[in-house]
This record gives sequence, C-alpha cells and structure tokens, in this order.
Amino acid sequence: MADIKEMKKALTGPIVDSNPIALHVLGICSALAITTKLETALVMSLALTTVTAFSNLFISLIRNQIPSSVRIIIQMTIIASLVIVVDQVLKAYSYEISKQLSVFVGLIITNCIVMGRAEAYAMKSPPMMSFLDGIGNGLGYSFILIVIGTIKELFGFGTILGFEILPLVTNGGWYQGNGLLILPFSSFFLIGGMIWFIRTIRPEQVEPKD
Amino acid sequence: MEHYLGLLVRSIFVENMALSLFLGMCTFLAVSKKVSTSMGLGVAVIVVLGISVPVNQIIYTNILAPGALTWAGFPDADLSFLSFLTFIGVIAALVQILEMSLDKFFPALYNALGIFLPLITVNCAIFGGVAFAVQREYNITESIVYGVGSGIGWAIAIVLLAAVREKLKYADMPDGIRGLGSVFMIAGLMALGFQSFTGIAI
Repeated sequence: MADIKEMKKALTGPIVDSNPIALHVLGICSALAITTKLETALVMSLALTTVTAFSNLFISLIRNQIPSSVRIIIQMTIIASLVIVVDQVLKAYSYEISKQLSVFVGLIITNCIVMGRAEAYAMKSPPMMSFLDGIGNGLGYSFILIVIGTIKELFGFGTILGFEILPLVTNGGWYQGNGLLILPFSSFFLIGGMIWFIRTIRPEQVEPKD
Repeated sequence: MEHYLGLLVRSIFVENMALSLFLGMCTFLAVSKKVSTSMGLGVAVIVVLGISVPVNQIIYTNILAPGALTWAGFPDADLSFLSFLTFIGVIAALVQILEMSLDKFFPALYNALGIFLPLITVNCAIFGGVAFAVQREYNITESIVYGVGSGIGWAIAIVLLAAVREKLKYADMPDGIRGLGSVFMIAGLMALGFQSFTGIAI
C-alpha cells in the first residue's frame, strides 16, 4: 500500500505544480467555452472530476487484462459509459444547466485530461492511487475553471453565482460591466495570464528557448 | 444550392470550430509549431470530419433517435442515450479504417500524416462537429457540407496560428509567457478577429 505522503502528492500535485491545463495543455476546449458563468464552471468541474476519478479507478482495476493493441477503444468505452451516466444525472436533476452545457458534457469523452491520465497513469498504477490521481487532476482543472469563471462573472456581469456584488449601471448602480469578459474568447487572455503568473512563481516550468 | 453554400460559409467562418466554438483546442495549441505539420493535420481533420459527420448522422436518425427503430418492429424504442458511446466508437473505427486504407493505397500521404491520424480520434473538433450536426437535425447533404466546411475552418485556423508562431520565434518575450502563454494570447487575438464574422447571414 502506498504511503500517505505519496497519496497526498497524487492528490494535490496537479493543482499548481503540474496543472493539467497550464502545464500539459490538456482539456482546454471546455475551459474556454463554458466559463462565462461561475455556476456552469462549477458543474462542469464536478462532472469532469467524477469522470476522471472513476475512469482512472476502473481502468486501473482491469489494467492487467487489457491487451495493449485495443486499449484505446476499451478506455474510450469506459469513459463514454461514465459520461453517459453523468449526462443522464444532470438531465434528471438540473435540466437548466444541462441545457446550457449542451454538447460540452458529451465532449468530456474527448477531453484530453481523462484520456491522458488513463493512458499515462492508470495503466501503470494500482487502483487507489489512480483514483486519487484522477481526483487531483480534476481539481487542477476545476481550479483554473473556477478562477476564470469568477473573474468573468464578477467583472463581466457584476455578480457571483447570480448574487449582485458590483451593482451595474444599467440597474442604477455604479459599475460598468466589462463587455469583453462576457465574450467567450476572453478566457484565452485570462488563461494566458494565469500561465504567466504560475510560471513566474514556479520558474522551473518556463519553456526553454529553441 | 444557395442554402448549402450559405451553410458552407457559415461553418467555415461564422462558426469556426477552433476560434468561435473553441473545439479541438488541445491539438490546435500543441501541434501548431510548424506550418507544414499543421497543414497535414488540417487535411486529416477535413477528411475525418467530412466522413464521420454524415455517417454518424445516418446512424443516429435510423437507429438511435426516438422512434427510429419502427422499421425493425420497435416503434417505442428510444436509444438516444447511447449516442455518445456510438459516436465515439464510430469515430474511432473510422479513423482506424482510414489509417489502414491510407497505409495500403496512399503510403506517401500516410507517412506525411504520421502520428496525427490516431490523435484525431480524441480531437474534440470531430466529436463536437458530430454532436452539433445531430443536435441541429441536418439531413445527409447538409451534414456532408457541414462536416467538410467545419473541417476547412479548423484547418485554416491552425495554419494561420502556425504561421504567426513561426514568425514569433525570434520575439524576445518575458520568460513566463514564452511558449504556451503567448500561444493563448495569439489565439485570443485571432478569435477576436473571427468575432467580426458573427451576424453575417448568407
């Protein structure tokens, strides 16, 4: 059984030190497109963390039985089944949000974080560690999504989770909403800025000159 | 005819896969260092999208959609919850078949595309294109046009980004933003440009 220190590393490492979005360029599609409101970002993070954790767990459980020539298909099948479960649960309990997320829940299947962790970690590690690694990477993804969702909702609409923080001029307040942040592509600049920030405090992540 | 032309232009520019819908971002940012490789990847995406969108559309409307199994004697069957699993399976199988037939009949093209073909299975642009086409209930011709069009749009975007990155190789940037950070900024500026296509109706 792996010791506590290693478990903690698997869980918290991916949040800043080896963040899947900022360092490995994985799972960016959904990070860009659905972060306009904090609520959708939260739901998406939750969905992705669940899928990553359980796909890692199941793939790791059967890793010794998977022939390597068909492993991609098997991983895909497991991931797709989990995503279907998540999608059905969302449709049943929060239909409004599942409407807003539209095809992006389905796109978790092709989210490179899930595939990447299954391939790089779960195929080689025992189930418990893989499960923790899945949660850790899900948290790393959630961290970026939540920061960006907060910035965009607060400065774009003046609200957080729908509560008014900065009263908008249009509602008789004093805050003029930032129109750029409402548009989806502003996440490019925010993620770029976050990468810059993370690499300034963690200089070992800086890419070498070529 | 005009309808299809409008759909083509809309899928290339107005709803550009990479820069308006942000699909296929992982490969878009990771494999855009050189114009030549990104051109190869772009062509591969056009081919795969052009085939997999109509194929999945046919499968969905004839087997998975609610009430589609009437011809087999199951008028109440609704298999639409299986759609994700089917789509990804069909895409993976198509990419595999394409890879094997290219290897057999066009070895030059196969070598040029190299590792990009298997990568395409997990490219969200393909899955996204399929999911959108099914959601919007396109017919067969429309889905062929939509598939090819959105593939071309994605290819244009990645070639443009690669061209900008090649030129920026000699730029003296702060350490933290060199590489990935700057690519995000460039892609953001390009998306800002593509935003000007919104609202164009043909």
